[in-house]
Amino acid sequence: MVDLEEFRIQVREWLEDNCPESLRTPTPDGELIWGGKTPNFTFDDQRLWFERMRDKNWFCPTWAKEYGGAGLSSKENSVLESEMRKLKCRPPQINLGIWMLGPVLLKHGTEQQKQQFLKPMARGEVRWCQGFSEPNAGSDLASLRTSAQDMGDHYLVNGSKIWTSYGDKSDFMYALVRTDPAAPKHQGISLLLLDMHSDGVKTAPIHLISGKSSFCEVFFDNVKVPKDNLVGELNGGWQLAKELLQHERSAMSKFGEFQLPTHFDLMSLFNDYMPAPHTPSEQSLFYKAVEADMQEHAYNLTVQRLTQEMQAGINNFGLMSIMKLVHTEQEIIKFELLLDAMGYRALGWEDNNFTEQEQAINRAWLNSFSQAIAGGSSEVQLNIIAKRVLQLPENKGAQT
Amino acid sequence: MSLVYSEDDRMLADTAEEFLLSKSPVAAQRTLRDSKSALNFDNDVWQQMVELGWTAITFPEKLGGLEFGYKGLGAVFESMGKHLTASPLLSSVVLCGSLLEQLANDSQLEWLNHIISGEKRLALAIDEKARHEPFNFQTEAVDVADGFVLSGKKVMVMDGLSADGWVVSAKHKEGVSLFIVPFSEDVIVKRTNLVDSRNYAELTFNELTLPVNALLGNPGDSIDAINHSLDLGRLCLSSEILGASKALFDMTVEYLKTREQFGVKIGTFQALQHRAANCYVELELAQSCVIAALSNADDTKSDLGLSASLAKCQVSKAADLITREAIQMHGGIGVTDELDIGLYLKRIRVAQMSLGDADFHQARYGELKNKM
Repeated sequence: MVDLEEFRIQVREWLEDNCPESLRTPTPDGELIWGGKTPNFTFDDQRLWFERMRDKNWFCPTWAKEYGGAGLSSKENSVLESEMRKLKCRPPQINLGIWMLGPVLLKHGTEQQKQQFLKPMARGEVRWCQGFSEPNAGSDLASLRTSAQDMGDHYLVNGSKIWTSYGDKSDFMYALVRTDPAAPKHQGISLLLLDMHSDGVKTAPIHLISGKSSFCEVFFDNVKVPKDNLVGELNGGWQLAKELLQHERSAMSKFGEFQLPTHFDLMSLFNDYMPAPHTPSEQSLFYKAVEADMQEHAYNLTVQRLTQEMQAGINNFGLMSIMKLVHTEQEIIKFELLLDAMGYRALGWEDNNFTEQEQAINRAWLNSFSQAIAGGSSEVQLNIIAKRVLQLPENKGAQT
Repeated sequence: MSLVYSEDDRMLADTAEEFLLSKSPVAAQRTLRDSKSALNFDNDVWQQMVELGWTAITFPEKLGGLEFGYKGLGAVFESMGKHLTASPLLSSVVLCGSLLEQLANDSQLEWLNHIISGEKRLALAIDEKARHEPFNFQTEAVDVADGFVLSGKKVMVMDGLSADGWVVSAKHKEGVSLFIVPFSEDVIVKRTNLVDSRNYAELTFNELTLPVNALLGNPGDSIDAINHSLDLGRLCLSSEILGASKALFDMTVEYLKTREQFGVKIGTFQALQHRAANCYVELELAQSCVIAALSNADDTKSDLGLSASLAKCQVSKAADLITREAIQMHGGIGVTDELDIGLYLKRIRVAQMSLGDADFHQARYGELKNKM
């Protein structure tokens, strides 16, 4: 292993030589590149950057070389990440497979599965989606009903999934399916890898109150899945799902770096739309905004405290468990206040009498409601705090 | 900005916890209340705090201090909050001590020595209205030959009874000024009894003559120093409120795990679980603000006002929520004097209104932010 500083210099030189100038800017909406059979390049530099990073095996730098990684240590990987940040390199691609399924396959997959799935994943050739939620299994995920029936040489999958991001554009899905309908609900679930191009798979996009979305419904009508595509033990999928969801947080934080900012500065927007509040109602609004701003300040300090506690090796499960709840609930309140301050200017819909920013704020407000539901609703977060942090007793009637 | 306690801070916190648990538990505060003591704090416990070095924690070594910092002192206040310990640490050491540190001349520094050694104590007389308005007052100091004549009335003087002297704010022709007023029979001291059974006084000055050396700092030049010391007081008080709130919340969670109704523990009810979880969330957020403010007092003093107001506001709101929930979740027994809940409720209510309540600090935060 080369010395870290030497590695840093090598990385920096390589990035300077190979990352096109046009891609050293924040990624605008709609220019994210998703790896897959047909990546959605809009200009050639994107393809160049994608291929160079791919050929360097830097889509998944820490994976072993035999599975398509570059075999970097976690320290070397941090160096790579920090150098990319310094140069403002855009991520060459986004790939749920690498961030979510990859670590689970590395740990629990058979050798054949690793060869078959990890390598193309590491080359950005397959686009993955997640098949967990169902119309009747939202917060109560373990009550899912999509079934995989053992037909001897294959599984026959029937049912449907919902809230699958980019289900219509994906090549493969990692799905939770019921393999033992008679077992208690957590014990009859398996994790299956399913080719989205199979016969019997249909997708339909979901329109949200905020307009178009990446979410899809996915329907399975007698879809055949090879038995080799079962990950881990039969009926052992719930455990794997929990592991997968742990990776969701870090995956989401990667999204956060280059997606539309969900953090916005309420006070500066207030200043733009309601400068010098003077009527009683404006002043009352202003103080509500100050209150929301203080709460956000408290949240930001808590993020810093969490990071510092982690660095100091302090167990902070309790603190971690409040973050999603606090942030998503605060954002809803901030958006509502901002709308109040903007008045009628906030209400435009597909009307070019309103500015782009005004309409974007409107969409973001509508989108803020989804955030408090997706990825464990606020109520699920409160359950987690009550049970796992405060260790309040279980209600025997409810299965969670 | 460090938002975690250091090894040293933690050791100090452990010592404080151990000491207060044995010498000044909640039961002792109850006894103090019922005995209607003249002082409203335990002077023996206070002298032992002095021996433990708590009066010296924040001051520089050249002034006889330990130069240990406010994060450590905050840990001590948190512990005092947990045990509801009454002491003049806030009034004499944090508020008056820090004013002396900022403004005192060589001869006035004697007062600081006495404060640190515990021989004497000062109390800050600043409020005159029903709410905390540190720069809205009538008390006036007029120049005379060889000194000043002071007239006016101050309320809510924390630990003002039996003090060896007071630091008093007054209008002067040059502007807001501070005066050290040593104890004198000419000052009319009236006891004020409050719900938290602590030591409060109302002071009246009727054309009280003061020597030249009573003036602390330059005339008309005390506003920044007052703000700074009040902010230090606010963040120590925030730590105290945080400690009291945590103790109250722990008692409540414990009760949810033991109390049975309808044949089950009441903690199994989701209606209560979610409310308890919300209390936890608010406590953690407030904790971050408090430790950030303490850390700011130690590192960069530039935005102490903003962070002290944030801490006092957030912790006061969290404390209000937790006191309400603690009583409601305990049910009938929660409103009896037999339980300690009422003692916490009463102390938290006074502490959250002292040196500015949540609304005061929200408005101040908005103003300070606007200036940035």
